[in-house]
Amino acid sequence: MALIDKHSILEKNATLLLVSSLVVVSIGGIVEIAPLFYLENTIEEVEGMRPYSPLELAGRNIYIREGCYVCHSQMIRPFRDEVERYGHYSLAAESMYDHPFQWGSKRTGPDLARVGGRYSNEWQVQHLIDPQSVVPESIMPSYAFLATTDLTIENVSGHLIANRRVGVPYTDEMVENAEADLAAQADPDADWSGIEERYPKAVTGDFDGDPARLTEMDALVAYLQMLGTLVDFTVYQPEENFR
Amino acid sequence: MRNASWVVLVGAGAFLALLGAALGQDQLFRVHMGILTVVLLGSTAVLLRTAKFAPAGGDAASESQYFDSVVRYGAIATVAWGIVGFLVGVVVAAQLAWPQLNIEPWFNFGRMRPLHTSAVIFAFGGNALLATSFYVVQRTCRARLFGGDLAWFVFWGYQLFIVMAATGYLLGGSAGREYAEPEWYVDLWLTIVWVAYLLVFMGTLMKRKEPHIYVANWFYLAFIITIAMLHVVNNLAMPVSFLGAKSYSLFSGVQDALTQWWYGHNAVGFFLTAGFLGMMYYFVPKQAGRPVYSYRLSIIHFWALIFLYIWAGPHHLHYTALPDWAQTLGMVFSIMLWMPSWGGMINGLMTLSGAWDKLRTDPILRMMVIAVAFYGMSTFEGPMMSIKAVNSLSHYTDWTIGHVHSGALGWVGMISFGAVYFLVPKLWGRQRLYSLRMVNWHFWLATLGIVVYAAVMWVAGIQQGLMWREYNDQGFLVYSFAESVAAMHPYYVLRTLGGLLYLVGGLIMGFNIYMTIRGKLRDEVPMGEEAPQPVAQPAE
Repeated sequence: MALIDKHSILEKNATLLLVSSLVVVSIGGIVEIAPLFYLENTIEEVEGMRPYSPLELAGRNIYIREGCYVCHSQMIRPFRDEVERYGHYSLAAESMYDHPFQWGSKRTGPDLARVGGRYSNEWQVQHLIDPQSVVPESIMPSYAFLATTDLTIENVSGHLIANRRVGVPYTDEMVENAEADLAAQADPDADWSGIEERYPKAVTGDFDGDPARLTEMDALVAYLQMLGTLVDFTVYQPEENFR
Repeated sequence: MRNASWVVLVGAGAFLALLGAALGQDQLFRVHMGILTVVLLGSTAVLLRTAKFAPAGGDAASESQYFDSVVRYGAIATVAWGIVGFLVGVVVAAQLAWPQLNIEPWFNFGRMRPLHTSAVIFAFGGNALLATSFYVVQRTCRARLFGGDLAWFVFWGYQLFIVMAATGYLLGGSAGREYAEPEWYVDLWLTIVWVAYLLVFMGTLMKRKEPHIYVANWFYLAFIITIAMLHVVNNLAMPVSFLGAKSYSLFSGVQDALTQWWYGHNAVGFFLTAGFLGMMYYFVPKQAGRPVYSYRLSIIHFWALIFLYIWAGPHHLHYTALPDWAQTLGMVFSIMLWMPSWGGMINGLMTLSGAWDKLRTDPILRMMVIAVAFYGMSTFEGPMMSIKAVNSLSHYTDWTIGHVHSGALGWVGMISFGAVYFLVPKLWGRQRLYSLRMVNWHFWLATLGIVVYAAVMWVAGIQQGLMWREYNDQGFLVYSFAESVAAMHPYYVLRTLGGLLYLVGGLIMGFNIYMTIRGKLRDEVPMGEEAPQPVAQPAE
């Protein structure tokens, strides 16, 4: 017990106690988190991932603002029931441009990792306005106000630039066209060729049933409709990505 | 003039907030800065009204005494925020049972839930930690708090953080990270306050008149420094504009997930455990009138606990896209964590050796003991749930919610109530609490509330997990997701009831503390004695 008797050195020196505690609590995080930034197999090699379009990004920010993640996960685990219910299990690559991640921790409602394309725009809008009208058992709150709130973003390209600063590969072209792309994606009369070139697989057209207005509902549904649709699983090789 | 520099600082802050309200890049930032302006202007007015125009430095006499006025405010804030946090908890529980109770957009569940978690963890728990750490460090060091008015800055700065965080959530400002939802500018403010807190605490340790630093202070110190590290790293973010609310986290995807749960689990490990263990190591021996059971156990317990806890984060990410090696590491360390946790529980419980009879007559001690018992139960349940096979069922279900609440209501809540009941008569120089029998009522209501809550959530969570994975003999999934939601309704109703019992206990505490502070004594039969039997009186 000689070692324990030496503990009085720490008990008599506040600075030493502080520094030792800090060293001891730092180790776990360094060992667990730091390798994730340099081990190359942490994020799988996939085809199809791209940054969010400005409208999708705006929708994602509404998703975060409303705290959707407190009831909905975006992380399908590799179990038979989850894969049958929700689709292919989630890959790390699929959230590589997510600042912050939205994997969630609780399923009061179902997983949304691959909800994109599962329901029509009309269903999504109706469900957000009055969830119980399409799912009677639902306990989700109403988000009708999204359909009546104009999407106002004061600095669209600024959002892309902030993302670029933390590592999302937005090109200069994407940043220059950000404001125009935001409006065009939900405008049924717009020319979508630029958006489709910059953001492949982006869902275009009116989302909220009111083509004349660009609302928060447009943005949120645009985001929901692309969730989990980007990666091309026909060319994905799971055995090459065992970790 | 006393307060002069504070008046200038807070007034300047109000001016800057007004500029922010005028020049903000988005509506949320402008509104939030408007709220800040009003709060700071009000504070300036209060500071001016309480300013003393005597020459500075006239407080030599009080310099020799303990700085307890800030502890008194902290005790009141603990009780008040506790009641608010429990009330919001009952409301969000009711919203899950009856979705019509959501009032969009400000009072929808998604915005209210962060309000509830932050109110109980940071407002209730945080104030309990501030108040008790300031009290304990002075007594065990036999020294007045370091830094003079800096302790006031810590207290009021922390309340401002709470107000800004809470209003931010309801207005729609969320960073989207559980238990770290405040946006970047609120996070920066908390960082400043926290550094001041560390300065006050360390400064007091440095000027102590006792040769040894008491064990409670090791835990408080580890809590303060670790929370500083976790808070700063987890909230690294890039604002869109320095005059806008929105920011994007520095990390993304899988790295962000592990950083967040490294933070999230250690908000539990250091905020809700290490800090409150500091509380246990001071208040349990005091209330029991017995020394801490084992000095050696406390050394092993301390170092093992703080070393192991930090590794446990990945168990929140079992079977996700986090690499397997990290998941396994997280699971192994979570299971090992069981040992130091129970070391702490044993040290707390065995402190009562030779004083167990006091449980019969002292409901405050009983509160502390059941807190330690719930601590032991939660720290067994946690390692069990971190086993991947168990976690595959429990993850994403209400079992996790039940586990959190047996820890939060049982351990954090009860030990804080015990500390508040111990502190208030001493801080206000009262002979005793207004009523010990009300403490007894609080004890039983809270205990019953926790038992209802936790038991209901176990059943709910396990049923949910089983329904999601139930196959029929033809190989089809038996239940749709919506059916599992419908099956939760009775449990959500009962859970609301459990929370309501806990809230009523909190209200009784609020009344009891209020009357104690006013100096009232309830005329009641002491605990452990029978009420006098009515004696037959001769007719007149």
